[in-house]
Amino acid sequence: MNQAIRHSWIAAIAMFALIFGAISYVQVVGADELKANPWNRRAILQNYCNDRGAILVGGSAIAESVPGNESCKFQRRYNQPELYAGLTGYFSRSYGVTGLEGAMDAQLAGSSDQLFFDRIGQLFLGNQPKGASVELTIDPKIQKLAYDLIPDGQRGSIVVTDPKTGNVLAMVSKPSYDPNLIATQDVAKEQAAYNEAIKVPGVNLNPSVSGPTGALLAPGSVFKLVDTAAALNSGKYNADSVLPNPAQMSFPGIQYQLPNYAGGNCYTRNTASFAFALQQSCNTPFASIARDLGENAIAQQASKFGFGQELGDQLKLDYAKSIFPSDLDAAGLAQSAIGQRDVRATPLQIALMTSAIANSGVQMAPNLIKAVRSPDLRVIDEPKPAALRTSTTPEIAGQITDWMTSVVSEGIGSGAAVPGVEVAGKTGTAELGNGLNNSWFTGFAPANDPQVSVTVVMQGVDITTGAQLTSPNAKKIFEAVLNK
Amino acid sequence: MSHADTMPKPRRNVELLLLVLALSVSIGANALISIDEQISLDTDFWFQSSLLAVASLVFHVVLRLRAKYADPVILPLVVALNGLGLAMIHRLDAPGEDTGNNQLRWTVIAMAVAIAVIWFLKDHRVLRRFTYISLAVSALLLILPLVPGISAGEILGARVWIRLGSMTFQPGEVAKITLAIFFAGYLSSNRDLIMLAGRKIGPMQFPRFKDMGPMITAWLVSIGVLIFQRDLGSSVLFFGLFIVMIYVATSRISWVVIGLTLILGGGFVASKVFSHVGLRIDSWLNAFTEEVFGRSPGGSGQIVEGLFGMASGGLVGTGLGQGRPNLVPFANSDMIIASFGEELGLIGLFAIVMMYLLLFTRGFRAALGTRDAFGKLLACGLSFAVALQCFVVIGGVTRLIPLTGLTTPFLAAGGSSLLANWIIVGLLLMISHTARGPVDTSPMQPGRTPEAQKPAPVTAAGSRQDRNTTQTLPDAPTEAVKHL
Repeated sequence: MNQAIRHSWIAAIAMFALIFGAISYVQVVGADELKANPWNRRAILQNYCNDRGAILVGGSAIAESVPGNESCKFQRRYNQPELYAGLTGYFSRSYGVTGLEGAMDAQLAGSSDQLFFDRIGQLFLGNQPKGASVELTIDPKIQKLAYDLIPDGQRGSIVVTDPKTGNVLAMVSKPSYDPNLIATQDVAKEQAAYNEAIKVPGVNLNPSVSGPTGALLAPGSVFKLVDTAAALNSGKYNADSVLPNPAQMSFPGIQYQLPNYAGGNCYTRNTASFAFALQQSCNTPFASIARDLGENAIAQQASKFGFGQELGDQLKLDYAKSIFPSDLDAAGLAQSAIGQRDVRATPLQIALMTSAIANSGVQMAPNLIKAVRSPDLRVIDEPKPAALRTSTTPEIAGQITDWMTSVVSEGIGSGAAVPGVEVAGKTGTAELGNGLNNSWFTGFAPANDPQVSVTVVMQGVDITTGAQLTSPNAKKIFEAVLNK
Repeated sequence: MSHADTMPKPRRNVELLLLVLALSVSIGANALISIDEQISLDTDFWFQSSLLAVASLVFHVVLRLRAKYADPVILPLVVALNGLGLAMIHRLDAPGEDTGNNQLRWTVIAMAVAIAVIWFLKDHRVLRRFTYISLAVSALLLILPLVPGISAGEILGARVWIRLGSMTFQPGEVAKITLAIFFAGYLSSNRDLIMLAGRKIGPMQFPRFKDMGPMITAWLVSIGVLIFQRDLGSSVLFFGLFIVMIYVATSRISWVVIGLTLILGGGFVASKVFSHVGLRIDSWLNAFTEEVFGRSPGGSGQIVEGLFGMASGGLVGTGLGQGRPNLVPFANSDMIIASFGEELGLIGLFAIVMMYLLLFTRGFRAALGTRDAFGKLLACGLSFAVALQCFVVIGGVTRLIPLTGLTTPFLAAGGSSLLANWIIVGLLLMISHTARGPVDTSPMQPGRTPEAQKPAPVTAAGSRQDRNTTQTLPDAPTEAVKHL
């Protein structure tokens, strides 16, 4: 019996050996990973009441820490909260951190390695810890203008970038919310505000699924720029190509007919040049290009423009990857080629595509950070413009630019025309199936020396409203940037 | 071998010394917390501390009077664990909450009951007469939570509580003791039958079907607890208890094989059939997926928050009162190990686990040293139950195994658990007293029936006499168990 007792003891010891191992794993080996987990609120709570660095736009703070009450020395405050909510995110005791508050947390909280010596100094001087401030590339005037161009109650996004540097000049979406309400120290109020905010259609407080970087929308005809680049790249097509332009396109074995765009003048011709097809946004020429080149060619060109790809590490915000579907049948490929069916793009993705065309085919990494400064104003980080990928050749980019210019000067994008400046653009209308559309405009100006790229999308609008809200709004932004 | 080694020593002074150490650890922990929470060491603190000290010293004096050869390490270990638990529960009390004082009341009650057990029972072998009564009591205790009127209904998904006035009580905690007594009694009477009959298949001797009775009973009890009370932890605990006792009684590994097969089979079927078991396993395997994390009920939020807490504690911990263990649901009961991991770190948690290891090792040592089969089985079963319970709880908290709702012995908030575990301590102390006491070296008399081996009626004189006349083979390495 004693031998069996000893064996039982050994079994118990073995169980405890496993326990010692498990504790060591959790507290030492896996601890860093657990601490970095985004669900881990301990890190936020650790520095919740500290003096956190500001987020600055054009020299003034859009997020800053101000003296708080007795229980918490500092309180986070957002200035012009709705305007910048999509960028700043919120810093909440209950709901964690999102947006730049989360992505730049190490710098803002002052725990980044770059701030090591500042921390040592604070230790000796007994100062309260203070974080670095983060200055954004956003132009406050453009940001405000863009935000006001989306009517209240309308869901939409606008992205304005400098195509040569990748710097984001404005990035807005509506509806928005007030992050102050979610960053309050009153837990009950905080929860009430959160629950109120998420009821609003279009407001998702998880930035990776909403707003310009997260909303995955059917791009409609702006996707034809991908087809065009793919066609030119294949060598089978050039400026002189004559494209078939039937009123509708049929597919072997199925009833479905792909119609041409009802607006514009597509119906006037049975064949079309590239310029005409883009100007009038005819569907069948691009469907036949896709059928000719095959799914792979379109998918490859889409991925060169950034579909399904990483967007570099200077954007800092969470983003969704845009999608071009795979394993398509003939009709599916034709529909996908005109940006319908399962093609999904974020407003930012379309902005990057257009910016790549504007920048001679080189896509610059989107960048939101102008500078990170330590509490003593020393610059500790200043991102330089970085090329993300080559989307197409300068020749093809130049050719597409020419055609996009004619879309604005002679075609259906005329609303974006700015007197005295050559504007390149492309419109898009993606049918949502309920009679409403996502209405797009994407373009850049001046066409010969692009300074600014503008992408506008209005969700769930009828054709007329869409036409009024996209191209003319883009025009206002072009003017505002170029006349500065 | 020196004379000093062969003569049994009470070592009660060693116990007193260790007890003072244990009390200084517990009271010191409570003091640290009071200082950290910026509560001065007020009358409450002194009252709590002196109550724990007085109760422990009374226990010590009772051992001097009634069980002077009892293992001197067991009581100090348990006082230290219980005291640390009190300090942590007190620390986790939100303003207005009184779990700490409630736990203190239960500690005093539990210690009083354990003292009464030692005082009135005098000799553990008396319990053997209650073999079948224990079975009946176990059945009653396990059925109680299902009886309408007495049952406290379903709390947190399990039906294991009964209502006693304003309090709730978990009869299953006490049932593990009565079941251990039943099995020790049954197996010590029938072990020869179980051992000798059976068929040999290959290297393993399999038991006869009719001897599988207790195993089948155990399996049914465990499955019954699992089904009717939805208590995964207790069913594992009961079954583990039975396997180890049958193994010790028979020294046949075949019992362990059969037992593990039954438990794995039962567990597999349970995970498929019962949603609560399946959810536990799912939230163990997929703890870090978003859907499982936020799921209610049966989500992994509790485990994951516990892991975050332990990770933030790291090697040395945040310090008592300095962490945020209250972010973890049930921080003072199911997850108290995570609370200690966070505030005392890996080092502190190792020390606590080491105390459990020493505690059950002392229990096994009492099993080795005592000379009656009943006492061996009882001590071994109870010690293994403590070890298994620790394994199931700490393994669950560290995500080594799925989390089940068991209490951490002595640490976790909960009166029934304290009471049951203190009774176990009382029994182990009594068995160790017989194990370490003077050995009767006269040869075992032939022809003694099991009936005759039973102790005389419970009177001081009778028991004492019985102790001196009970003969056993000196199969234990008695010199080894007489140290300390």
